[in-house]
Amino acid sequence: MSTSSDKPHLTRDHLMDLLRHMIRIRRFEDKCAELYQQEKIRGFLHLYDGEEAIAAGVIPVLEKRDRIVATYREHGHALVRGVPMTTLMAEMYGKQEGCSRGRGGSMHLFDRATNFHGGNAIVGGGLPLAVGLALADHMQGNELVVACFFGEGAVAEGEFHESLNLAALWGLPVLFVCENNLYAMGTALAISESETDISRKAASYKITSESVDGMDVVAVEAAARRAVHAVRETHKPYFLECRTYRLRAHSMFDPQLYRDKTEVESRRKSEPIARLRQWLETNHMVHPEEVARIEAQIDAEIAEAVAFAEAGTWEPVEQLTRFTYADAVAPAANR
Amino acid sequence: MQAAATRSIATEMTYREAVREALRDALRRDKRVFLMGEDVGRYGGCYAVSHGLLAEFGPERIRDTPLSESGFTGAGIGAAMAGMRPIVELMTVNFSLLALDQILNTAASVRHMSGNQFGVPLVIRMATGAGRQLAAQHSHSLEGWYAHIPGIKVLAPATLEDARGMLWTALQEPDPVLIFENVMLYNMTGPITADAGAVDIGKAAVRRAGKDVSLITYGGSLWKTLEAATALASEGIEAEVIDLRSLRPLDDATIMQSIAKTRRAVVVDEGWRSGSLSAEVGMRIVEQAFWELDAPIGRVCSEEVPIPYPRHLENAAIPQAPKIIAAAKAVLARR
Repeated sequence: MSTSSDKPHLTRDHLMDLLRHMIRIRRFEDKCAELYQQEKIRGFLHLYDGEEAIAAGVIPVLEKRDRIVATYREHGHALVRGVPMTTLMAEMYGKQEGCSRGRGGSMHLFDRATNFHGGNAIVGGGLPLAVGLALADHMQGNELVVACFFGEGAVAEGEFHESLNLAALWGLPVLFVCENNLYAMGTALAISESETDISRKAASYKITSESVDGMDVVAVEAAARRAVHAVRETHKPYFLECRTYRLRAHSMFDPQLYRDKTEVESRRKSEPIARLRQWLETNHMVHPEEVARIEAQIDAEIAEAVAFAEAGTWEPVEQLTRFTYADAVAPAANR
Repeated sequence: MQAAATRSIATEMTYREAVREALRDALRRDKRVFLMGEDVGRYGGCYAVSHGLLAEFGPERIRDTPLSESGFTGAGIGAAMAGMRPIVELMTVNFSLLALDQILNTAASVRHMSGNQFGVPLVIRMATGAGRQLAAQHSHSLEGWYAHIPGIKVLAPATLEDARGMLWTALQEPDPVLIFENVMLYNMTGPITADAGAVDIGKAAVRRAGKDVSLITYGGSLWKTLEAATALASEGIEAEVIDLRSLRPLDDATIMQSIAKTRRAVVVDEGWRSGSLSAEVGMRIVEQAFWELDAPIGRVCSEEVPIPYPRHLENAAIPQAPKIIAAAKAVLARR
């Protein structure tokens, strides 16, 4: 039944790749937080600290032709997908060299080259889009997978239910990935949902669903392989709930009044990078020096990205309204 | 009209049939086109517009949807982004509010927000307007709200030719186009040539030439305005009637040319007065042609109530010919 592609590859090199992905996200975002304090980055900044295993575990399993729809907490997804860190950082700065020309910022990273259909900052708003992308591919005979990431907060939105129903009803190849970090901004799952077992909601739409420890990258990747394989084989949707935890504030404006510091501290102990690293060290698969070398490489990449963003340029104000419509439309007509 | 008559013999057709012919033509000409909405297939369309299309094109292209306005509108957006040319039908403008998130936050925003990487060549059709005693949740005219949104185009076909011809042109647009069909027009009958086809969607049309006052309107109110103009003519007042056709962008040039000639204007709009499209048209006249005016601009809009059920109250709530006549006389300072 299974092919080699749906089996996890627990080779040392592969595990090191997973570790590298996660460290790369973490250090990029640590730098972003620092740049936020320096007011180089403004607006909302939603960090993925603690949740890196999901993007790192799921996205490399996808093929280049597949599509991704993400949320406003999507730096990690863009990085793992291969959006260059340089254009990503320039986007954080709002420079026109950014991956969305600087117009989107942190929450709206788009990249056509990697089929990255954006950070969507309307909770649940990306799900219907993912269904439509899959519908078009289905109607055109393109056999690819649309991976749609969203938080558990989206589960309360009507669009979640509408989209799961449509995908199941029409047999569309969407991989729904719920990043359940237990808090929708400051509202805990238990006080917003009557049924807190999210995978059961998907099952009620007759979608195969499973839950996985979203802070264990190996487990996430194994589940993602099963899921992507199933979507490709059946052309039907699949629902993967990754149970995780956001270790930082919701955004840079969040004083975190809704949860106890001790809760965060205890969750920090199971954060995905340290967890994989410890496992690798315990099993003598990695030397601390090696990790230090990876970190140094990533730091060099980040330094280059920051330099790229710093050297970037501001879009001329004369171009403010450009691309509200495609260029063929005379801008004067749209005043 | 004479030239058209020599090109092809005119046949009698309803507005409904003209829309259906436009759909059929588009579905035949472009494999990427499909129609999706509530009851468009087996039921034949809430207003019987798509009757018979399911048998001709099958359920993949005449796609019945669940009552999930946001879900299937978002799916239309995704499908358009991935290469299809979907036509989404929303039963009425009132129901379209359930899809407003997708229309505004995704369809209208994505091109600009993504730095021109992704566009949404989607057409959304919906019924609008009062007159069928359908009360306050099926009768409103909210097209003026949609005309507020940069990133989309808004059309209001009032004639058979426009009902037949605007759809194909809209489908060639690289950006989202909303088409509003006034419910009172579906049964309207008239002659249309068999070779009627695509029409321009950027210009307003002078439906009746006159020198004394410009009556500016669109959609279902066009015919009431023409009726008023005929009555005014019997009293020696020659009104010019302008059919806006496109509510976004507005064709300022045609409006201002008319004002330059008549020096007086009345705007007729089935939307509510406060914050309405009529306010926008009036203000543009003030901005661009203030010194041409010989009198304050007049307006005939809907009364500021939810549309009521009883016929006499419904009639009283929306623009009617007597009110238009009175408003025209008022700006001419005649009784």
